[in-house]
Amino acid sequence: MATDPTKLTMAQALNRALRDAMAQDGTVYVFGEDVGPLGGVFRITDGLTAEFGEDRCFDTPLAESGIAGLAVGMAMNGMRPVIEMQFDAFAYPAFEQVVSHIAKLRNRTRGRVSMPIVIRVPYAGGIGGVEHHCDSSEAYYAHTPGLKVVTPATPADAYHLLREAIASDDPVVFMEPKKLYWAKEEFDPAAPRPGIGTAVVRRPGTDATLIAYGPSVPTALEAAEAAAQEGRSLQVVDVRSIVPFDDETVCAAVRSTGRAVVVAEASGFASVASEIAARVTERCFHSLAAPVRRVTGFDIPFPPPKLERHQLPSVDRVLDAVDDLQWEDDQ
Amino acid sequence: MADDRDLLPSEQPVQLLDASGRPVDDPDLPFPDNGRLLAAYTALVVGRRVNDQAGALVRQGRLAVYPSSHGQEACQVAASLVLGENDWLFPTYRDTVAVITRGVDPVEVLTLLKGDWHAGYDPYAHRVAPQATPLATQLLHAVGVAHAARLRGEDTVVMALCGDGATSEGDFHEALNFAAVLKAPVVFFIQNNEYAISVPLARQTAAPSLAHKGIGYGVNGERVDGNDTPAVLAVLERAVGAARSGGGPQLVEAHTYRMQAHTNADDDTRYRSSDEVDPWVSRDPLVRLEALLKRKRVLTRARREEITGRAEAVAAAMREGISRDTDPHPSELFAHLYAEPTPQLREQAAVLADELSRESD
Repeated sequence: MATDPTKLTMAQALNRALRDAMAQDGTVYVFGEDVGPLGGVFRITDGLTAEFGEDRCFDTPLAESGIAGLAVGMAMNGMRPVIEMQFDAFAYPAFEQVVSHIAKLRNRTRGRVSMPIVIRVPYAGGIGGVEHHCDSSEAYYAHTPGLKVVTPATPADAYHLLREAIASDDPVVFMEPKKLYWAKEEFDPAAPRPGIGTAVVRRPGTDATLIAYGPSVPTALEAAEAAAQEGRSLQVVDVRSIVPFDDETVCAAVRSTGRAVVVAEASGFASVASEIAARVTERCFHSLAAPVRRVTGFDIPFPPPKLERHQLPSVDRVLDAVDDLQWEDDQ
Repeated sequence: MADDRDLLPSEQPVQLLDASGRPVDDPDLPFPDNGRLLAAYTALVVGRRVNDQAGALVRQGRLAVYPSSHGQEACQVAASLVLGENDWLFPTYRDTVAVITRGVDPVEVLTLLKGDWHAGYDPYAHRVAPQATPLATQLLHAVGVAHAARLRGEDTVVMALCGDGATSEGDFHEALNFAAVLKAPVVFFIQNNEYAISVPLARQTAAPSLAHKGIGYGVNGERVDGNDTPAVLAVLERAVGAARSGGGPQLVEAHTYRMQAHTNADDDTRYRSSDEVDPWVSRDPLVRLEALLKRKRVLTRARREEITGRAEAVAAAMREGISRDTDPHPSELFAHLYAEPTPQLREQAAVLADELSRESD
């Protein structure tokens, strides 16, 4: 593995993580729809079949429950499957296998049967995708005990979190914000590993904290930049691990500013954003100068491409929410 | 590609015994030898006793519920007896007798129904998956275990059990299709007992037989009289052999009958009449096998007593084991969920521990 910092897209970082994991551990198997010679519709598995052979990275019949169920059996029998659900909404046929077995087998068998499975799910909008290609489905998984749920916002996090997810003996739903697949960034493989279960402060700030994950992190950073022009200092926390959730980092950040806005693309009702707002309120109540606000998608199905911008949290919406954080009390 | 018609099952379910327990000659199917038949008979007698005992334990309030395989014991014991040590069994909730035949302690098997935990035995100890409660999902796991074994070049066949109702589930189809495409050494064994709780087979499928479903996936299908122990043994043995020697997955449908209600909580008089059930009494697999063994003069009175004694001992151990008070510790609720527990679960475990300490004050 090269140690020179280079520029990589998130797609390339994920591809490198799979390649390195497969090279290091012969029990890692990659399978799903079109992941073989094609390299996946997003090219995340590009070249893996050529390099590791048809056994290690293979196309399955087109059936998501089948893919997840096959992974359960292979995991029972000593393998570490990394499966790809082609798009967020196409993962739903696998839901029973994920919820009733992948999430529960370890518990069911009192720890005797581990499920070291990684379920990769390209998710969320922002790419002009048609119906069934833009869902933010993280809450379904986060609500299911037994799963870990992570979502990177940078190429470096994508690489390290995927390596960790594959090495984990617990099942990990790995949510890939597809609109960030092609974002390039300096990538230093020797940089400190993020660690599943840790959030990170992406931008320091003193007036309010924006809490975001996955596709909403760049939006939050942009909003912080815009606010800075107007003289308001916004801190940005990237949650990156939804389960387990890093209460410590998130709450320390909120306590330091006394105000918080949670930014997430998914519909807001009964969402991960709601959970974060509740946790922050419960734990930081006495440090808060205003109620925790949420900027989320509306409670509607993901819109058609020509209307999607109205659903996605925008810089303006984030700034409007920040404006609502009872600043007059400070004066 | 195989000749299409080769994949179709026989016109009628394969039989090696007639109704009165007389052997029927089948040139294509070797009749199991006496040793095999006696082993099956022993397992059948024990299995019947286990079914009866479990039912009694439900009535005594010791088990929450029990889905009995009464009448299906030939399928139960054969499914396990045809397997080798490196093979795997994937049972459903109705397959307790198959699990016990594979060597798992009945008390451990019944942990689920006793309410102590969701599964009570170590799946790796006898290569028996936890009994599946959701329908057909376990068939895909069976394909995964078989595929992993094949990738490592291991000699492992997986016996995957399901009922007639489960063949309507999507996972049944996905499992057959995946297994066929991956050439996974799996024997899919359907016990068609005519009912999915209250719904009869005619409401489940319009196919000529459940074994006919194999051809759509390029999987060889066979059907057998599920109450004919020698036939079930021979047909499953042949299927396991074909899967083991690289023939890919096999589909076997046993035609049998659920003699009792779905579980003790079910009232089968609401959906079937005794006129329908009664004819199956004379087709009881135990009666038919016993008649054969007596005819062959391999079942002496002494041997029969010895087998009955063994069944009684198993039942006594069940009574004793199930009646023993066990208190699953509440801390277990958090202990097994993750290999590496989350801080949130550690917090919640502490909340429960605190609650318990205050209860005991």
